Order: sequence, then structure tokens, then C-alpha cells
Amino acid sequence: MDPLKRVEKDLKKCVKCGACRANCPAFSAYQREPAVARGKVALAQHLLVKDIELDDQTYLTMSKCLLCGSCVEKCPNEVPTDEIVIAAREALAEQRGLTTFHRAVGRVIRNRKLMNMGAAMAAIMGPLFFRRVPANSGLRLRFPLPFVGGKRHVPSLAGKPFLSRHPEVIQGEPGKPRIIYFVGCMTNFVYTEVGEAALALFRHLGCTVIIPRDQQCCGLPGMSGGDLATVRELAEKNLAVLEKFEADYVMTACATCGGALHKLYPAVVGKKHPELLKRLQAMAEKTIDAAVLLQKLGFNPEETAGGEAMTITYHDPCHLRNRAITRQPRELLKGAPGVQLVEMAGADKCCGLGGTFNVYHYDTSLRINAGKSEAIRCTGADAVVTGCPGCMMQLSDGLKQAGAGTRVMHTLEILARKLRQ
Amino acid sequence: MLEPRIIEKLKQIVGPDNIATERQDLLCYGYDATQMEFLPDVVLHPANAEEVSQVLKLANAEKIHVFPRGAGSGFTGGALPKGGGIVLVTTRMNRIIRIDTENLVAEVEPGVVTEQFQLEVEKLGLFYPPDPASLKFSTLGGNVAENAGGPRCVKYGVTRDFVMGLEVVLPTGEIIRTGGETYKGVVGYDLTRLICGSEGTLGVITRIIFKLLPLPEAKKTMLTIFDSIDGAARAVSTIIGNKIIPTTLEFMDYSTLLCVEKRFNLGIPESGRAVLIIEVDGDRELIEKQAARIQGLVKPLGLVECKVAKDAAESEALWKVRRLVSPSLRDVNPDKFNEDIVVPRSKVPDVIRSIDKIQQKYDIPIVNFGHAGDGNIHVNVMIDKAVPGMEEKAHKAIGEVFQAALDLNGTMSGEHGVGLAKQPYIHLELKGAQLSAMQAIKRALDPNNILNPGKMFPVE
Repeated sequence: MDPLKRVEKDLKKCVKCGACRANCPAFSAYQREPAVARGKVALAQHLLVKDIELDDQTYLTMSKCLLCGSCVEKCPNEVPTDEIVIAAREALAEQRGLTTFHRAVGRVIRNRKLMNMGAAMAAIMGPLFFRRVPANSGLRLRFPLPFVGGKRHVPSLAGKPFLSRHPEVIQGEPGKPRIIYFVGCMTNFVYTEVGEAALALFRHLGCTVIIPRDQQCCGLPGMSGGDLATVRELAEKNLAVLEKFEADYVMTACATCGGALHKLYPAVVGKKHPELLKRLQAMAEKTIDAAVLLQKLGFNPEETAGGEAMTITYHDPCHLRNRAITRQPRELLKGAPGVQLVEMAGADKCCGLGGTFNVYHYDTSLRINAGKSEAIRCTGADAVVTGCPGCMMQLSDGLKQAGAGTRVMHTLEILARKLRQ
Repeated sequence: MLEPRIIEKLKQIVGPDNIATERQDLLCYGYDATQMEFLPDVVLHPANAEEVSQVLKLANAEKIHVFPRGAGSGFTGGALPKGGGIVLVTTRMNRIIRIDTENLVAEVEPGVVTEQFQLEVEKLGLFYPPDPASLKFSTLGGNVAENAGGPRCVKYGVTRDFVMGLEVVLPTGEIIRTGGETYKGVVGYDLTRLICGSEGTLGVITRIIFKLLPLPEAKKTMLTIFDSIDGAARAVSTIIGNKIIPTTLEFMDYSTLLCVEKRFNLGIPESGRAVLIIEVDGDRELIEKQAARIQGLVKPLGLVECKVAKDAAESEALWKVRRLVSPSLRDVNPDKFNEDIVVPRSKVPDVIRSIDKIQQKYDIPIVNFGHAGDGNIHVNVMIDKAVPGMEEKAHKAIGEVFQAALDLNGTMSGEHGVGLAKQPYIHLELKGAQLSAMQAIKRALDPNNILNPGKMFPVE
């Protein structure tokens, strides 16, 4: 079946009012109608009735979407353009096959052994730059070598991946919640300190923390190329891994992974597989962002945060914002001793990463990011804080290119400052 | 299809990056909020008046149709390339040239987005009041061409009232200036007012000089619920009759309330039959007094409830009711015709009653809300295009709605314009010599009928 059939009803909801022009980061950079949600919906409508071809140009147009969801949130008619773009990408992939790049992405993220090998090699070779990351590393799914340009600033790889540092089950106090930690590739391989902060905070609360060894990539990088087969496969694999453990919550400290578990998996599996969908929905209900869970468990930042005084500003990751998680991290950060939060202009605007959008459209991604860097600089903050390691990498790149010395930190790192000293 | 030599010349004028001829690009410039669709031959993104002039000279010589376009957010098809030709997009011309705080004027290019302009002038303590619902994405050029309105027009007037001067490229390619930056000026015909609301049929706007006001210190929002539509309407005339002109007087009828309540459960009392959102602005002390006065005035008119916002967040919550109207309407029927009739404000209940009769006659749901303060009602005829015969019935109903407004000394359209959507009905309002005079102006300025042809007037 044509994947676009799945969204046929949604396509009819768009009345072409143009409201998405005010919110779309891709449109803000390209300033041309095919880049905006309304244009993509129009093209998808024509694709569905087959009066335009699925050609290179369609491919390029549909690739110009960060799946940030800002158009969906502000759409007066609630048109799910993100799902429409995903369906169009899937249709393109089905009819034309995946591009070499996206095929490679799929191969890597489906293969747990390849990912581990990448990590092991990285450990041997010491602090690496991505450009020197072995070809079979899981990281390449986001930042494949041929696409890494000369000017890009990339963080070094962690010596030892987070997943191989800790036992699978870290027992907490009896009667306290049992939490599965879905780590995600960025934390596992790059920002391991985010993982350590998460662990420290939830252990401080007496929780039992389970870090399933066999967890996979969330699969989101596959979305850019329309490789939904891979996303579905990973959804099933991750589901099986997570279901092995008795737990009250599935916690994520990566907005992207959280979005995948919470929204993407049930959406891509759909009603065709009712049994699987039911299980995925049950898992989605258990999935919770670290900041939200901390609040829910009555966490008090005064016990764990502290250190020298610093001014911070907060960037809303799209995959938290579009799940209405904007208030909770700010409240926690405001409660942290020694921390002063100043809001930047357009904190809710996308940083421009968008999974492999950043790879395919690096210059555009940079243009979007430049506005973000400027807004951060204007606050004069010592650090920009966010809830997504993907955003962290993009923000670092932008700030370094802008010559700003602003630090980039995760919400949990701020909250765990005292514990981690 | 345009000949390759023409495409080549156009490419030379605007540069290779600012011309599109691929079918997929063309499709994205063939629609607007009317949901009609036409395929242009070429889309151009000129950078300045000089390029626009060259395009129009060429088009005039070759008799190619040109369709100016801003954000493409119009409700009547003013920017649609019916019959094909050149779509001329003005959004690259998006600079705010200057904001003059001594003379309270600003000069802008047409592609500036309305809200961005407002935010910029507000930084300097100044105020550009026109606020069409599309202000976050519509362009100032489009606002001027359509003479856009908005809720705040009750107190401040429409876009036209803020346009002091223009730079316009005529259909024959000459660049002219109209008006200026002085408040007074009586030399020659007032071409500025002629171009405002001309829907891109008389020229392409490339510069606008706006009048600005000092930014009011504060505003206060109230949501009042009445037990009858007459109560709400009497509230409007009572408030204004008592010499208070609120910034906005937005109203929602019972059918609108039902839609919103059903979907969002806002807790509107059972006996509520109409809602008025009233906002006043000005000096802090003054608006407190005005708000208290208004509450006293409306109380005896069947007031069920009155919520007064204490701060910006509460004000936002009250406005949310209004903003939820649009998504809620889709629950009634999937497709809508959004008309915007105007009647003298005291006649609002009469026209609502007429519309109610029309609704019953044709058995089509009609939902009414809008700017009660200036009698501008958004009449939403909700249909399902998939049901055979329903669209035809809707068109008949719409014709009768227009006639009802005209019978009460009103007009067919207060904000949206004529474009293509209202063209079939224009004979109801414009007659004989009145129409001929307008068409004579069009012929004089556009002898070859190349600029936005087939819009506004009946096709001869």
C-alpha cells in the first residue's frame, strides 16, 4: 500500500492558510514555499493522486524538513505534517530505493555488533574526532564521514561507552521506583557525562536503575531517508529488550530517543499490527523524560545541585517541546542553587540539527543554527542548557563557529553538579 | 507555456536563483487559503522595484499575465495565477528601511511580515495597529493590496488608514510614488487610497510609508457571556454609545460556542448564548476606569458571566477561546466558506437572524463570529464537499447572506476582498456606472489587462 494512503485524511485537513510560514525553521532558511509545511503537504497531495513523479526533486524537497513539529503545534487545523513528510519519504524509499547514504545508515543502526565494534575501536584509538570514527560506528548514522565538512566542530568520542561502564541492574532502596534507562547513542558514545548525571540523580533518589545492555539505537536517523523498515525493526528490537525488565518507568535523557519511544514507534507501526502496537503503546505510556520524572518523584534540586554561581539559558529541544515539556526543566533549573536562568529570544526554535538534515543540508542547518547562537550570545549566559544530546552537539558546533565561549550542558548535569564534584 | 526566449529574459532580470519553472515548484505557488489551485508558468522572486519594472515591461510588451503574490494567505484568491502566467513573489523585498521616531512614520518593503514590523516598532515605543488574523505570516504588501483589517480596527481603523505613501510599479512598468510622508497633502488624486485594496490589479507595491502611533501603555481583556445574541449586540452599541471605544469587540454566536465547548470543554455556562471579548487599551488608570464602566454598562443586558484578566497570562487564556474557534469548526463539517460581511454595528442582531433563516432554508450549518465592534461578521458556511449538491447549495446560501448584508446597508466583504471567490456575486453590490468607473480606471492603467487579470470584476 502507498504509505501516503495512511495520511490521506490528514492531507485533506490542510487549507493552505500559510500559518506554518511563521514557524518552520526550514522555511526561515530557504524562504521558498516548497520548503514550508504547506508546500510539502501540497506536493504530497499531488503525489498521492500520482500527478507528479517521485523524482530527485521530490526527494530533495521532502528532505528539507527537520521533523521538528513546530508547524503541527501551531497549525489551526492540526495537520500532522511531520507524519505526512515521513509517509512521503517512505513512499520515495519504497519506489526508488534508499540512497547509498541512507542504506548505510540503516545497516549500521540495525546492527548492534557493528555499533559496539565502532565504540571499541574508538576506545582503543583514544579521544577521536568523528572524521576519524571507523566506518561501522553507530555514530556515523548521524554524521557519516563523507559529509563531514572541514569547518564542522565535532566533539570527541568518549573513551569508554556509557553502556559498558555499569552493571545492567543497579539496585536501589526497596519500595522505590524501578527505572529503565534508555540511554541513546549520543549519550552512550559522546556525552557520557549526561548518562553519569542521570545515574547519580536517580540513585540519589533511591531508585533502582536498569540499563539494558542490549538496547539499540532509537532509529530516528532512519527517518530522514524514509527507511521506515529499519525504524520498525528497531522499535520491535528495543521493545523486546525493554520488556525483559520489570519497571515502573522507561526514562530517557535524550529528547530524540524519548520522542521515538513515545510518539514515533506507535506511529510508524500503525494499526496494521494491532498486537505490536498495543505493546508499543504500553511502553510509550511508561516512557518519561528525566526532568519530568524527577519532578514527579518530588526531587529537590537543592540537595544535588550547587557549585559556583553561573548564569544559564535554556534551549527547548523540539522533541521535548512538541511533547509539551517546556515548563518542567525550567522549574528544576530555577530551583538549582547558584544558577540564574535567563531566557533567550526564540528558546523554542529548532537548533537546525534534525537528525541527518544536518548532514544533508549542512549549510542550511548552520544558517538556522546561527540565529540560535546569536540568541544565546545575547543573553550573556555562561552556559546554554538543554535536554537533548543531539541539540548539545549542534549548539556546540554553532557556538564554536560563532567564536563564543559559551558552555553547552545538559539539564541533568546542572542538577547533579554537587553529586558529581 | 512561455517561450524559452521569454524565460531566458526573465532569468536575466531576476537571476537564475530567483526563477522557478519546475512543475513541483510551480505547484507550490498556485494555491492560497481559498483552496483553489492553478498552475503558473513561472515563479519569480524579484529583489527590487527595478526588477519588478523590467518584468512588467516585458510582460506588457509580450502580453503575459502577471500575478503579484505575498505570503499567499488570502481568502479570496487574489494571488492565484488563474489561466497561467508569471507569479511575482514580493517576499525577497523584506527590509524595514527606516523607522522615524520624530515624525512617527516608517518606510518598508512589501515582503516584511506584519508581526515582525509590529515588534520592531514596538521596541521603539511605537505602534502599528492593523492586526489581521494572519499577521504572523502575511506580508505588509499583501495587507495593503487587500486593505486588511483585524480586531483592533474598531478603535484604530484598517490598513488603509495607516498608509501615507507608496512606491508602485504600474502594469506598464513605470515606477511611481504616491502620497508621501506628510499627514497633509492635497495635490492631485489620492492614488494611495486607490491602490490600497486594489488587490494587485493596478500595480505592484514595492515600498510603503506607514503612519505610526505611540504604543499604548497597557491593555485589559474581558470575556463577557450573555444569555442572548441581542444582549451581546446591545452591549456593543451601549458601550460605544457611552463614548467608550474599546480596542476590540470580538463576538461569537451560539453555534460557535457549541463547537468550541464540545471540543475543548472550557466551562462556558449552559445559559450562555453569545460571547463578547472586550479589550481596552491606553493609560493604566484610564483602562481600569473604562473596564469598570463597561462592566457596569453590560450587566443589565442579560450578562451571565464576566471574566476580567488580571495579567497578560490571563488575557492570553481569554483570547484562547477565540483562537480555538478555527480548529473546532472542522468538527461541524470538513470544508468551509469563510465570508466576512459587514453591517452597521447596530444591525448585527438583524443580520444574524437573517443568516439563521438562510441556514434553516438550505439546511447547512452556518457559524458566525467576528468583529462585532465594527459590524464585521465572519460567516462560516460549513459543508462537506464530498456530499453531492452541498457545495451548490452553499453558493446559493452565500448569495443570500450577501444580499441580507446589503439590505441592511452593509457590504459583502470587510477584509478579505473580492478576488476570485466573491467575483460571481459582485453585481449584487456594484452596479452600472459605479462598476464602469472602476473598470475604466483598470483599463487606463493596464491597457493590455496583464496585471492580475480576471480578478475582482466579472470577466467580460
